[in-house]
Amino acid sequence: MMEIRTPKTGKAKRVLEKRAPKLVETGKKTLILHGTKTSATVSSVLMELYRLKKGGAIKYSRRNENIRPFESGGETSLEFFSQKTDCSLFVYGSHTKKRPDNLVLGRMYDHQVYDLIEVGIENYKSLLSFSYDKKFAPHEGSKPFICFTGEGFENVPELKHLKEVLTDLFRGEVVDNLNLTGLDRAYICSAISPTKVFLTHCALKLKRSGTIVPKMELVEVGPSMDLVIRRNRLPNESLKKEAMRTSKDNPKKKVKNVDQDAVRGKIGKIYMPDQKLGEMQLPDKSKGVKRERKEGKLKKHKEESASKKKKNSSDSEKIPTDAE
Amino acid sequence: MTEMETEQIYQVDVGNLLAFNPNHRFPSAPSSREELVKECLEESRKLVQAVANALFNFPSTETHDGPIVQLPPPTTKLPREKHVPRPKPPTKWEEFALKKGIQKRKKDKVVWDEQTDQFKRRHGYDRVNDDNDVPIIEAKASDEPGEDPFAKRLDEKKKRVGKQEKNRLQNLKAAEKAGALPSHVQLAATSLPISGTKAQPKKIGKEELGDVAGLAATSTASGGKFDKKLPGEKPPKKQGKHHKYLPVVAGRGAVNPEKEQTNNVLSKIFSKHSHEILNVGKAINMYNVKKEKKKSGRSDKSGRSDKLKPKKDITKKPAK
Repeated sequence: MMEIRTPKTGKAKRVLEKRAPKLVETGKKTLILHGTKTSATVSSVLMELYRLKKGGAIKYSRRNENIRPFESGGETSLEFFSQKTDCSLFVYGSHTKKRPDNLVLGRMYDHQVYDLIEVGIENYKSLLSFSYDKKFAPHEGSKPFICFTGEGFENVPELKHLKEVLTDLFRGEVVDNLNLTGLDRAYICSAISPTKVFLTHCALKLKRSGTIVPKMELVEVGPSMDLVIRRNRLPNESLKKEAMRTSKDNPKKKVKNVDQDAVRGKIGKIYMPDQKLGEMQLPDKSKGVKRERKEGKLKKHKEESASKKKKNSSDSEKIPTDAE
Repeated sequence: MTEMETEQIYQVDVGNLLAFNPNHRFPSAPSSREELVKECLEESRKLVQAVANALFNFPSTETHDGPIVQLPPPTTKLPREKHVPRPKPPTKWEEFALKKGIQKRKKDKVVWDEQTDQFKRRHGYDRVNDDNDVPIIEAKASDEPGEDPFAKRLDEKKKRVGKQEKNRLQNLKAAEKAGALPSHVQLAATSLPISGTKAQPKKIGKEELGDVAGLAATSTASGGKFDKKLPGEKPPKKQGKHHKYLPVVAGRGAVNPEKEQTNNVLSKIFSKHSHEILNVGKAINMYNVKKEKKKSGRSDKSGRSDKLKPKKDITKKPAK
């Protein structure tokens, strides 16, 4: 037997509807997790990533011994957390002898691991070690600029992959309208060698330049670090094809009789059906018409009473004349 | 550097505020960390400027919070978070309506009620043609005697509601198969399916479980005396004697209690109101049943003996 379960409160219903798959998606949320052991560096990186992404991130502080993203069976727990928190990006930090200061960045599709990339952290500098004028400090949740420099991001497949993951991680929500005064931060990624990427976070200074476009200046506010590529796992081809589908891929039905003209704009064609004026009924019987009918009726009545008597003779006379 | 040049060199995605310079190459051995960082920042500054050039040249609308520009959609393709919503399969009724060409019509929310001579809502509380507003149901020739028309009406209504609920479940199951179940609906199995004549497994309660555990614990030869107790195990229930044997020999200065008990029963039977304690009807019944049993038992015995007893000598005649 099956039972239909529906939420008992409106709030619960709204939460579930928010989590439902949508044609046009809003931003992805990030889940930040700790491994069995984390060094001071990794903990700090996770904490500061959370601060940078505040509003679009959830941080778990407990240690997870069941999460081993690259091993089979090690993603069960991760997928459960993704389902629970409705996050589709995750950052997992750990520290082992084999892979010190390790960070696994990954994405989920339909709450299943989509792709993974593992990086080591070197030359880490915390937010606190940077001194700058606090009035330039970026606001929480502002839309960032993202910059990638270096030919490595195009030639080396691992770096190309990392570029895509970092874009997804940092870009935040896709917006239609943007307030230009709210631009205050930039993420800088530079491929300094085929296996190493320099990543830093900068505040923006907008200076007058005499034109509409202000002169942009960068102030490093941290954190900054080097990411050393370790392992990576690319998405499954079929899964990738499915995940890349957008609302635009299902083309809209062509609207009949509507054209777009560059000069005249929107043009519509109208087809009028035959109006059948002869069969049309008058909407309202005017008094004049009525009176006429009344008189006509009276006349007819008189005629009928007169003609009825002669009917037989007249009929018999008429028919042969028609034939002639 | 002019705009045309920057566009050629950099890949700019204004929708994501993203710029990429695929042509820059860092010197293989940077002299120091500071210089490297400086170079990176300088290169990035150019990229940010390239995005800003595009961004600040868009037509903007002034608000009191600042100029707002409309961003183009992002050009960088990134994977979706969840699958594209799947279309819901048509319900049984929708299929039928399509086949028959039945079209949906809007109905008024408020309808004139002739019973109460006022406008009332079509559905819900205090609705039009409400059964509760009808105090008397007129009898018809087709009515069966002894049937409560109100109960009948209620029963019919319940059946209709039940049928609709069944239909709803069926349609939801079809939607689940297509992966298009509404996000707020969940289908859950309530219990295991009943297969054939097997009864549904019953849930064992706490009390029952305790009883069973007690029985199991005392079913060794020693009555569980030398068994190891599990942590948290309680002593078995119903320990000790249940049957109380009365002493056969009377003590000094006292009446024999066994004799007394028997006397009590006898005095009840032979008392004045003995006919009251005897349920005559039940007694007759019991007597009849016993008689029947005796009869059938005898016939059974004879039947069995005829069929199952091996005849020792076939040639010998059974009747002597």
